[in-house]
Amino acid sequence: MTNYEKYVNVFVETFSVSAEQVEKLEYQGISEWDSVGHMGLIAALEDAFDIMMDTDDIIDFSSFEKGKEILANNYEVEF
Amino acid sequence: MWCLEQHKENTALIDESGRTLSYRKLDEETKRIAEAVGRRSLVFSLCRNTIGSVLGYVAFINGNILPVLLSSHLEETLRASLMQAYQPAFLWIPAEQADRFAEMEPVYSCYDYVLLKTGYKTEYPLYDHLGLLLTTSGSTGSPKFVRQSYDNILDNAKSIVSYLELDATERPITTLPMNYTYGLSIINSHLLVGATLLLTEKTLMQKEFWQFFKEAGATSFGGVPYTYEMLDRLRFFRMELPSLRTMTQAGGKLTPELHKKFAEYAKEKDTKFIVMYGQCEATARMGYLPAEKLLEKCGSMGIAIPGGKFHLIDVNGQYITEPHVTGELVYEGTNVTLGYAECGEDLIKGDERHGVLQTGDMAQFDEDGYYYIVGRKKRFLKIYGNRVNLDEIDRLVKARFDNIDCASAGVDDHMYLFVTDGAVAEDVKRFIVSKTGLNSAAFKMIVLEEIPKNDAGKTLYKNLARYYQ
Repeated sequence: MTNYEKYVNVFVETFSVSAEQVEKLEYQGISEWDSVGHMGLIAALEDAFDIMMDTDDIIDFSSFEKGKEILANNYEVEF
Repeated sequence: MWCLEQHKENTALIDESGRTLSYRKLDEETKRIAEAVGRRSLVFSLCRNTIGSVLGYVAFINGNILPVLLSSHLEETLRASLMQAYQPAFLWIPAEQADRFAEMEPVYSCYDYVLLKTGYKTEYPLYDHLGLLLTTSGSTGSPKFVRQSYDNILDNAKSIVSYLELDATERPITTLPMNYTYGLSIINSHLLVGATLLLTEKTLMQKEFWQFFKEAGATSFGGVPYTYEMLDRLRFFRMELPSLRTMTQAGGKLTPELHKKFAEYAKEKDTKFIVMYGQCEATARMGYLPAEKLLEKCGSMGIAIPGGKFHLIDVNGQYITEPHVTGELVYEGTNVTLGYAECGEDLIKGDERHGVLQTGDMAQFDEDGYYYIVGRKKRFLKIYGNRVNLDEIDRLVKARFDNIDCASAGVDDHMYLFVTDGAVAEDVKRFIVSKTGLNSAAFKMIVLEEIPKNDAGKTLYKNLARYYQ
């Protein structure tokens, strides 16, 4: 599985959405991605990529796209 | 209720876009809204943590107009059935939602909120002292409201001001919805002392929230147990928040580990962490743990608030006088609400509780008179601070899905839904998520051959505990 597939998969599993939907996802854009869902998402990403995210990155993680950028720039995840 | 004029030079409200309102302006704006309503009547207010929403609330309470506070995210069918049951004369709603009510006449608007005249023919008579209607947190579709009197609101707010030692220099930031009794109590008590409310729709999980927190110099916030779990995950302890003075916690019991962690943080940073206890049925607050007892009485919810009294009763209704004996917690105080309403006809009802509330919580006290919640009399869970009645969940599922048996159980923040048909398990989950409006992470489905029952056909909930304990 590529990192991109892994990344997509975390969103699909956490929010019960289809892979086609994920690219447009934003925080609070769907009811599942509220603050509770956000905690679940971060925990799942930390597991999937074996990382520990910083507070600043957790609260800056505002969309699917933004998250990809954060993982690539700050956690050496290559997409 | 509030003498806004008295604090006219102070800042009352600041929102996340930097808009600021003085108490003088708050006084003027709210008087105009009350004039637009024009008479004592019932208003449904769809709330947000924004200036318009707060203005409406203050206008109604100060103007002797009866508001029902609901979430602006309330499910459409639920909102419609509540309107049917109570026939409010007006709606106070975010302007952007106005197109959903195109048939209603807009009569006033300010700060992105609009007042709509509903056009209902019937108006139910309203009891003179009835000030406010709130849902018991986490409504699953029942039209039940708690009836709070003006005196309830004022007395509880005064008591909170006294034990939290609030003054005009306080700047609480919103972390809870204002239609939620705990969030509202923060607004009520701070307006009383001329403090400044920092209003934001952003959550702890957003950068913008923390920017606003720092720029506006927030001095306090409130949170339910889940809020503190999130803060812990966010490594809150490493944040630099020099303006913070007080953190309050209510809406369920914090784990002793988290209680201790935040207590130690508070001690180190010279801030206060106040664990509290309350219910919508007692307006908001009934108990609090004084900051100086925080570490000594870890796991306790404290003592009664000023003006209130706790005691425990046994199964025969007799007072318990020995420490460390479990009984039902009973509260007495002027903040005990009038009772419930289930339809428009109930709005004329007077005081049915006479200052005494059986909380439904099972508790013990220690030798020093500090109370500890140890269980619940009825089957309900607190999920993200919202009360969810498990029997009601079972009824909803059985009514919606034919030919399956089900039972719900669990622990706070984690509900387990047991069903006898795996094919509909996901549908049941989706249904309950939509009914409760809670994140699906709180619900876990378990498929069983059959739900354990006794000979009389009653569900043996205790036998389900092994799946989640």
